[in-house]
Amino acid sequence: MHISPVLWQFLVKWLNASALFPREASTIAPYADALYFFLLLITVVGLTFVGCLIFGFAIRYRKEKHPIAIQVEGSTLLEATWTIIPLALFLIVFVWGALLYFRIYNPPTNAMNIYIVGKQWMWKAEHPGGQHEINALHVPMGRPVQLTMISQDVFHSFSIPDFRVKREVIPGRYSTVWFNATTPGTYHIFCTQYCGTNHSAMIGEVTVLSPDDYEKWTQQSTSGTSLAQNGERLFASMGCNACHSGSAAARGPNLAGVYGSKLQLTNGSQVLVNDAYLRDSILNPSQHITAGYAPIMPTYQGQISEDGLIDLVEYIKSMQSNYRVQQTLTTSESNQAAPTTPGVVKP
Amino acid sequence: MSATSSTILNLPDQRTATLPKRTYINNEDGLLSWLFTGDHKRIAILYLISITFFFFIGGAFAGLIRLELLTPQGDLMASDTYNKMFSMHGIIMVFLFLVPSVPATLGNFLMPIMLGAKDLAFPKINLLSWYLYWLGGIVVLGALVLGGVDTGWTFTTPLSTHYLNTHVVTAATGVFILGFSSIFTGLNFIVTIHRMRAPGMTWFRMPLFVWSHYAASILMVLGTPVLAITLTLVALERLVGIGVFDPTKGGDPLLFQHLFWFYSHPAVYIMILPGMGVISEVISTFSRKRVFGYTAVAFSSVAIALFGFFVWAHHMFIMGVSNYSALVFSLLTMLVAVPSAIKTFNWAFTMQKGSITFETPMLYAFGFLGLFTIGGMTGVFLGALGMDIHLTETYFIVAHFHFVMVGGMLMAFLAGIHFWWPKMTGRMYPESLSKLAAVTTFIGFNLTFLPQFILGYLGMPRRYHAYPPEFQVLNVLSTAGATVLGVGYMLPLLYLAWSLKYGAIAGNNPWQATGLEWQIQSPPITENFIEIPIVDHEAYDYEWLEHKTAQEVTTVG
Repeated sequence: MHISPVLWQFLVKWLNASALFPREASTIAPYADALYFFLLLITVVGLTFVGCLIFGFAIRYRKEKHPIAIQVEGSTLLEATWTIIPLALFLIVFVWGALLYFRIYNPPTNAMNIYIVGKQWMWKAEHPGGQHEINALHVPMGRPVQLTMISQDVFHSFSIPDFRVKREVIPGRYSTVWFNATTPGTYHIFCTQYCGTNHSAMIGEVTVLSPDDYEKWTQQSTSGTSLAQNGERLFASMGCNACHSGSAAARGPNLAGVYGSKLQLTNGSQVLVNDAYLRDSILNPSQHITAGYAPIMPTYQGQISEDGLIDLVEYIKSMQSNYRVQQTLTTSESNQAAPTTPGVVKP
Repeated sequence: MSATSSTILNLPDQRTATLPKRTYINNEDGLLSWLFTGDHKRIAILYLISITFFFFIGGAFAGLIRLELLTPQGDLMASDTYNKMFSMHGIIMVFLFLVPSVPATLGNFLMPIMLGAKDLAFPKINLLSWYLYWLGGIVVLGALVLGGVDTGWTFTTPLSTHYLNTHVVTAATGVFILGFSSIFTGLNFIVTIHRMRAPGMTWFRMPLFVWSHYAASILMVLGTPVLAITLTLVALERLVGIGVFDPTKGGDPLLFQHLFWFYSHPAVYIMILPGMGVISEVISTFSRKRVFGYTAVAFSSVAIALFGFFVWAHHMFIMGVSNYSALVFSLLTMLVAVPSAIKTFNWAFTMQKGSITFETPMLYAFGFLGLFTIGGMTGVFLGALGMDIHLTETYFIVAHFHFVMVGGMLMAFLAGIHFWWPKMTGRMYPESLSKLAAVTTFIGFNLTFLPQFILGYLGMPRRYHAYPPEFQVLNVLSTAGATVLGVGYMLPLLYLAWSLKYGAIAGNNPWQATGLEWQIQSPPITENFIEIPIVDHEAYDYEWLEHKTAQEVTTVG
């Protein structure tokens, strides 16, 4: 909507001050609010119109003034009018709403990624740099942030009203949402999908920091190991590296650089390797056999937590070469190799 | 009746008037004659008493919910208790009140009479439907007494299947049984409308009340089985772990949402369509005019029923359905909004050049028009994809569906009850008191639910037991409104009960309406008509009525 920015700001400030209107704290918020005001406008106009008709007719044709009713047949012209005008308005709303939807749910490619794990009744945020937060989320101002979210138990829904974004957090499936915060401050995080006893306590705060403050926060609150480093340890301890070693004779496909590539599967389909695919192929490997490999990978369902899966995914995403995998492998093999008697042929 | 009087209410001379000697009420005596009756009118009365009972139970829960929300902290009851409160409020109001409200009471009573028939096609199935209603109702109450259920009325998996140890299966069984009660009512209506119309009663001579019930019946018969299947799957998943909805067993939790809303979206049309039928009758009668654009209104009911089946995924826009399917469902949602707009304008234009009076049913109908317009328009907010992201799962949605279901349906139900009360009981209620109740309800309703739209845009999530303190002012307003609303609903209960014994004798046609039901005695005899009428006029033909009345006067005189 083309409204003068000065007027817009005045309007928004006035509404905020009277606690009737949420703050606009993301780049999406003004777009959402523009559609909201348009919808409010057509509602008020529509309601006024219906109200005028009813009150107008009620006054003009009340029995005292108009004792004998005049029978009128319907009118095709009028029927067409009030079919087409609402339809046209609703179609405008549809197109506008669809544009907004795609804006909210299509993250820009340069967005930084933060993982969110929802569980009864808390939000865990996992930053790639190794910062872990509970019921809190620190983000930099003026930078697109994408949240990759998953639930450990039931449906939750991650909502930041002041950013006008919300998305269901689903068990067993990554869902994403993104925003670009514009104003430093703290804002509510709500779980909006009913999730059991303490649903209303599953709330938190998102803190928007200026880039400098964010830098400071990142350094002060890191746990010391990044998600990818955690993932690397898991990769070794779960024995993934035994097959996914990247060597020519390995029984599992090479994972270096696999993220973002297109894979040919044995069933003939082609898939894009993204977070969801990686997670799913760890849990249900038999559903996703890369062409040229035997279906020998066991399922890891129930053996890795959602946090662990995020670590693994983050590790595979960051994997550019197999150098460290092979290093780990040799180390672990040489450890095991020490007590064995010479002459035994290793498989 | 003078031409300048401001009412069309025309009661017989109270000094000489008496109730008819033989009516469906006194035709047989004893409790058993009611419990084993096949008479659609008696079953309607049984239903009316039953749904009123459940309405006030559901209403008590609503009152407790609003009381808890008076303060930001959860201080009146524990979280679990609160969750059980809103779950039971939803289950009782949706399945035990709204779905059967107009069809099972007014529909049962009037459908055969409006068609010129002696009874519904299957009187025994009709009675069975009432017994199933009570069986389902008792099982739901059983779940409540045993300790309640806290799934919300939506039974969302995997919460309902794996994470709660309340009486989910019991409550689901209750709803399952209630579904059959609803299917039988719908089935009965469809067959009756097709097969039992009086000679001359063509499809386009039927009152719009019948058309809207026809559309709702189709939804009941086609939609409800899906709910039954869904609840069965939930129960099986909970009891034996079949894993249809469990992602760790390869199931899909979103499948539940699809199945559930495939019924529950059409269900809102099951609830609202019969109400729309009532409004058509009421507005026509008190404007003394044929409903403007009869065919458009009739077909818009059918269009709503048809489109209503293809919009369910608009409940899932934020749940990770594909963006393109979201597009399709949003577009279809916009289309389903159009027939409702058509109806609203047709009702408004019915008043044009009429001769309008403002008796209680008409006041309720005005309330319906205003509130339903707001309810419908806010539905468009939610149908718009990008807007839905911010608004869904907040108090905006709570306000929206209460505007449609309570502001729309309950207003229509009360309009209908006040309109046909003289026909059902033969007696009038006190008019000034009932007008006061209509106005009180309207004010209370707006005060309760308008603040919730604002709360919703501020982001307050629904089903919250405690909330951030900045939302308190609006919540206090809403609770205050709920109190007024409660008074508005108690009043009719009192004066309608009073009128059963002390109300003025109503006579056959107090409103001088055109429907066949008004041409017979009130209360009607068991067989409805002394002889089966031959219909030679369209619905809402006020000239025919005038002609007929004039002739009667000559004959008697």
